[in-house]
Amino acid sequence: MNLSGSSRWLLRVGTGVTLAFLYLPLLVIALYAFNERRIQTWPIPGLTLEWFGKAIDNPGVRAAIGTSLKAAVGATLFALILGTLAALAVARYRFFGRDAVSFLVILPIALPGIVTGMALNATFREVLSPLGIELGLFTVIVGHATFCVVVIYNNAVARLRRLGGSLEEAASDLGARPLRAFRDITLPQMRSALLAGALLAFALSFDEVIVTTFTAGEDQTLPIWILTNLSRPNQLPIVNVVAVFIIVLSAVPVYVAHRLTREEGAASGAAPAAAGEAVAAH
Amino acid sequence: MGSAAGAIETTLWRRPRLRLSLLLAGPLGWLVVAYLGSLAVLFVAAFWQLDPFTAEVVREPGLGNFRTLAEGEVYRTIALRTIGIAAAVTVTDAILAFPIALYMAKIATPRVRGLLVVAVLMPLWSSYLVKVYAWRTILQEEGILNWALDPLGLSGPGFGNVATWLVFSYLWLPYMIIPIYAGLERIPQSLLDASDDLGGRPGTTLRRVILPLVLPAVVAGSIFTFSLTLGDYIAPQLVSNTQFIGNVVYQNVGVANNLPLAAAFATVPVVVMIVYLLLARRLGAFDSL
Repeated sequence: MNLSGSSRWLLRVGTGVTLAFLYLPLLVIALYAFNERRIQTWPIPGLTLEWFGKAIDNPGVRAAIGTSLKAAVGATLFALILGTLAALAVARYRFFGRDAVSFLVILPIALPGIVTGMALNATFREVLSPLGIELGLFTVIVGHATFCVVVIYNNAVARLRRLGGSLEEAASDLGARPLRAFRDITLPQMRSALLAGALLAFALSFDEVIVTTFTAGEDQTLPIWILTNLSRPNQLPIVNVVAVFIIVLSAVPVYVAHRLTREEGAASGAAPAAAGEAVAAH
Repeated sequence: MGSAAGAIETTLWRRPRLRLSLLLAGPLGWLVVAYLGSLAVLFVAAFWQLDPFTAEVVREPGLGNFRTLAEGEVYRTIALRTIGIAAAVTVTDAILAFPIALYMAKIATPRVRGLLVVAVLMPLWSSYLVKVYAWRTILQEEGILNWALDPLGLSGPGFGNVATWLVFSYLWLPYMIIPIYAGLERIPQSLLDASDDLGGRPGTTLRRVILPLVLPAVVAGSIFTFSLTLGDYIAPQLVSNTQFIGNVVYQNVGVANNLPLAAAFATVPVVVMIVYLLLARRLGAFDSL
C-alpha cells in the first residue's frame, strides 16, 4: 500500500500505543516486586531485594510451586500421549468422523472455563469419590490434560501433514513393522513439534486458574495460592515476587516453542498456527 | 515373550483398521466418554431442582430453574451486563488491534514483523491472574493511574464496570490482533496496488478494499473476545463489585450447592456462543481461524 508519510506515522503511533497498553501493566508489577514498603502505593519510595528472599523462604509458596510443577508435568505427559495418538489417527488415516476429532479436541478450551470446570467437578465427585479418589493433585492433572491435548494435537498434526507419509511407507516396504517405523522414522521427525507442544501445554497448565478451582480440592497450585493471598494485604509483597517469577517462567517456554515451530507457520500460512496458539492460550 | 510381541506386531501390520482403533481409543475414550459425558450430565442437571426444605437435588426434570432465571430481575440485569460488557470489549479490542495489525502486515520489515508477533504473543501467555492483579494495583485508590491523572485534575475509574471493561479489553487484546494480522497478510499486494493505480487514496483503499476483506478475520477475533468475557468470573471479582454470569454460576456450585440452578444459568453463555458461532460461520469467519 502506498501510504503517505503522515499516515505511516499515524500507524506507528497506534502500534506504539497498543504495545504500551500490553506491556505497561506487566512492568508496573515487576517494579512493585522491588518495592521497599509493604503497602502497594505509587510512587514507590525505594527499592529492595528483601521480598525475593522472603518469597523463596515462604513455605506456602514452596508447596504451591511444587504442586504446580507436578500438575504441569503430569498434565503435559498425559496430554502428550493422547494428543500424539489423536494426531497420528487424523493425519495418517481416513475414517468416518475425522473432522469431528479436531472439533472435539478444541471443545474443552473453546467452551467457557467455568463450564468445563463444573462438568469435570460433577463427574469427579460422582465417579471418582466412590472409588476413594478425592479431589486433589490427580484430578487437577486429569482436568488440565483435558484442555492441554489441543496444543500437542495442533502441533503434531501440522508437522505430520508437512512431512507426508512417504518415509513411513518406505520403511514399511523395507519390512519395518508399525512400532519400529514409528520409533525409527516418525518419532524423530516429530520430536521438535512435540517438544514445542509440550512446552506450551506446560505453560498453559502452570497458569490455569478456573478449571483448577473446580478440581483442586484442598491442594493449592501457584495461581490458586495467589488468588487466596490477594485478599491478604500483608502477603502482597510476596505475591508481587511470585507474579514476576510466573511472568518469566511462562515467557521462556513460549518463546522456545515459537522458535521450534517457525517452519510450520511459514509453510501453512501464519494464520492457523497463530490462531491455534491463541485458542490454546486460554 | 519376543515371539508374542512379534505376533502382535504382525497382526498390527496386517490390519490398519485395528491400528486406527488403538490410536483413537485413548483420546476419544477420554474426550467423548468422560468430557462430553460430563457436559451431557451438566445439561440434564439444569432441568433438576433443589428441594427448598432438604437442600437435596431432586432428579426430576422440570423448567423450574429457567423460570427462576427468567423471572428474576437480578438475573436478567446480570445477563445483560455480561453480554453488554462482552460487546464493548470486542469493539474496543478491534479498534486497538487494527493499527498494529496493519503495521505488522503491510509496513514492517520481515525482521520487525517477527519481533512484533512474538511481542504480541508473549503477554497472551503470561499468567491471567498476574495480569488481573497488575490492573488491580494500577486502578486502586493510591495506584499509579490516579497518581498520573492527578496533575491533570482527573481521577481513574476506580473499581466497577469501567474497570472490568478495561481489564477484559487488556486480557483479550492479543486474541484480536493475531487473527486481524493474519487476515491482513492474506490480502494480496496487487489489490492494494490496483486501488492505488485507479486513483484510490489510502483512506478509500482502507474503506473499500481492506475493511471488507478483513471483516471475517475481525469476526474470528471477536469469537475469542466475546466468549472469554462471557465465561469469566475472576476478573469481575477482583476489580469490581458487580456480578457477572460466571460469578452467579460459581456461587451456586460452591457456596449455595445449587448445581441445577448453576447449570441452568451456564446455558446462557453457551447458547449465546452457539448463536454467535453460527452467525460467524455465515460471515466466513471460520476460514480465518
